Amino acid sequence: MAKIVLENLGHSYLADPKGEHDFALKPVNLTWQDGKTYALLGPSGCGKTTMLNIISGLVAPSHGRLLFDGKDVTNIPTSERNIAQVFQFPVIYSTKTVRQNLAFPLECRGVSPSRIRQRVAEVATLLDLDYALDMPARKLSADQKQLISLGRGLVREDVSAILLDEPLTVIDPQMKFMLRRKLREINRQTGVTMILVTHDQSEAMSFADEIVVMKDGLLQQSGTPEELFSRPQNDFVGYFIGSPPMNMINLDVRQGTLATDALSLTQPSPSESNALLYQLGIRPEHISLVDQTAENVGVGTIKKIEHLGVDGIVTLELAANVVIKAKTRKHTAMSVGTTMGINVCQDDALLYLDGRLAT
Amino acid sequence: MLQIDHLTTADAKVTLDDVSFVFEAGKIYTILGRTGAGKTELLRALMGLNPLTVGTVKLDEEDITERPIRARNMSLVYQQFINYPHLSVLDNVAFPLRRQGKDKAEAHALAGQMLTTVGLGEFLQRRPAQLSGGQQQRVALARAMVKQSRILMLDEPLANLDYKLREQLREEFPRLVADNVESVILYTTTEPREAMELGNTMIVMHDGRVIASGAPADLFAHPPTKDTASVISDPPISFISGFVRDNCLYFSEGHLAPSEGLLLPADGPVTIALRPDAIEPDGAFNAQIGLSEFSGSQTIIHLDFDFGRAIMMVDGIEAFTAGNDISVSIRSEHIMLFAPDGGNITLRNNQNG
Repeated sequence: MAKIVLENLGHSYLADPKGEHDFALKPVNLTWQDGKTYALLGPSGCGKTTMLNIISGLVAPSHGRLLFDGKDVTNIPTSERNIAQVFQFPVIYSTKTVRQNLAFPLECRGVSPSRIRQRVAEVATLLDLDYALDMPARKLSADQKQLISLGRGLVREDVSAILLDEPLTVIDPQMKFMLRRKLREINRQTGVTMILVTHDQSEAMSFADEIVVMKDGLLQQSGTPEELFSRPQNDFVGYFIGSPPMNMINLDVRQGTLATDALSLTQPSPSESNALLYQLGIRPEHISLVDQTAENVGVGTIKKIEHLGVDGIVTLELAANVVIKAKTRKHTAMSVGTTMGINVCQDDALLYLDGRLAT
Repeated sequence: MLQIDHLTTADAKVTLDDVSFVFEAGKIYTILGRTGAGKTELLRALMGLNPLTVGTVKLDEEDITERPIRARNMSLVYQQFINYPHLSVLDNVAFPLRRQGKDKAEAHALAGQMLTTVGLGEFLQRRPAQLSGGQQQRVALARAMVKQSRILMLDEPLANLDYKLREQLREEFPRLVADNVESVILYTTTEPREAMELGNTMIVMHDGRVIASGAPADLFAHPPTKDTASVISDPPISFISGFVRDNCLYFSEGHLAPSEGLLLPADGPVTIALRPDAIEPDGAFNAQIGLSEFSGSQTIIHLDFDFGRAIMMVDGIEAFTAGNDISVSIRSEHIMLFAPDGGNITLRNNQNG
């Protein structure tokens, strides 16, 4: 178990990086506490896998240091880092039984047979795989195979952290849900630090105590799911976290205040130059659609209703051709073409200046 | 119109079991099912790649069951982005037209138009490898659509894309295929939300069979069987084995379930299905919080009741501490009842639909 510190850690795959754009991972400072769950989130090519590979030791960083519990491990080989890794596709010994799969890492370390039996039994219970111990591993479903990959890391008592590289990709939606729950339970019961790489914001939100959002090799924001959802630091985080993305509405400077014809929400007068782009960011979840009254902050015509099950997404056109999306559970009672009143709490409308949170 | 009758296969990883359906041109059919439900097998059977033991495929009344794959007027987009790596984006899309015998100028003109529709008008001379994953899949989609095949099949086309790209292409998809009014469009997916968002009609598959079909919102509100309810609910629906006695519904002995407005079946065991929106904070039922997690803008709370496990979903990001006790209410109008032992018969739908 270990606290992990990334100290000015960066990586360029080029021998002689000229500028920032030559870095796959631009230098970053982060501290991850022992025993918590973290997610590295971002689109393809954002540097999240490079970061994971540096932590596991598969890539040696060109800049900075990596510390496990204060000890510099930057140049220590993978095999000495006590890291366990689960990959996108289950890696199991398909000719062995579940029991043999789980025992293998301990056998390689020369652990006594009685201790191996004990550890395998403990881990099998943790994974709910007791009943399957003597089955051939190849007979199991994809999600069970992923649990075995994880179990091979957990049997070792000296494991510092478990790295999960998009482990839920090949799992069906409903099973993903159960597997995610299992991962959280294992984290709670064992206290092992877990780091998940994913491009799926909902997966990151449900798994992690803290999420590191990345884009183009640059850290965008690191924080709890609540922080990322309620106060995205820039428009990219507002777009990437949440589905549908945050609505961004352009504002005009009018007599010292910022306003839009679409919504009667104003913001205090800007001190900076008028040439900058001001926007109002509002989450689709924070827009309530009601019968029209004089109290509404806006009025919109329903253009589209998408049924997603319990929730629906309603697309509305407001004044000045502004189009927004609202998320609601009342969509089954609405119809396209009708006009709805729109309410938004002032606190849920965030001001962005050139794409950066300004409130 | 595409009509399939009693399609049955042997000798495949998943075998089809008596699948019949009538598809109309100009509509999008989403085929929803878990891995191994038989979705891909159905597409392969339509193409003639899986030999049928029983069954016929008719296109506009004409039997094409024995016709070779080339002559079936079908296109397929796979999960993996499959393009010709040595050809430009334009030539990739023009290729099927050239094979149909169109001259180069006409093929290029049509391909260029199609690529503009899918938003790749500025990348005509690039090679596929110089594009992002989402763009490569659009090239494959354009190549499948440009032929104007009577049957356009898409086998989990977005599965290999990033979450956000998926979100974007899902939004664009109806517009991309809007011109294919002569085509029957079949779209397979494992994601209930995707199937509901894209399908004019949703077809639910399970164990090689079609177990339900209909308008997505209707199917969601009134799943005809327990398996259907299970396949189309994400987050998962919870099932609790209860019973009816003296016109009262029980979760278990001593735990009365709410049933105002429900027409209860005769005394005996039932399966009570609770969707996440059936449970709300505060009320007469006590549970322990097993786990709380965020999903986008919602908080999903796993509850352990004395009588079983269920999931509650509340809007917004709220802290619920695992291990704590909580009281909740269960809304009878969102309860569904099913026959207990694989009978999969809806005894009573919820009353508000």
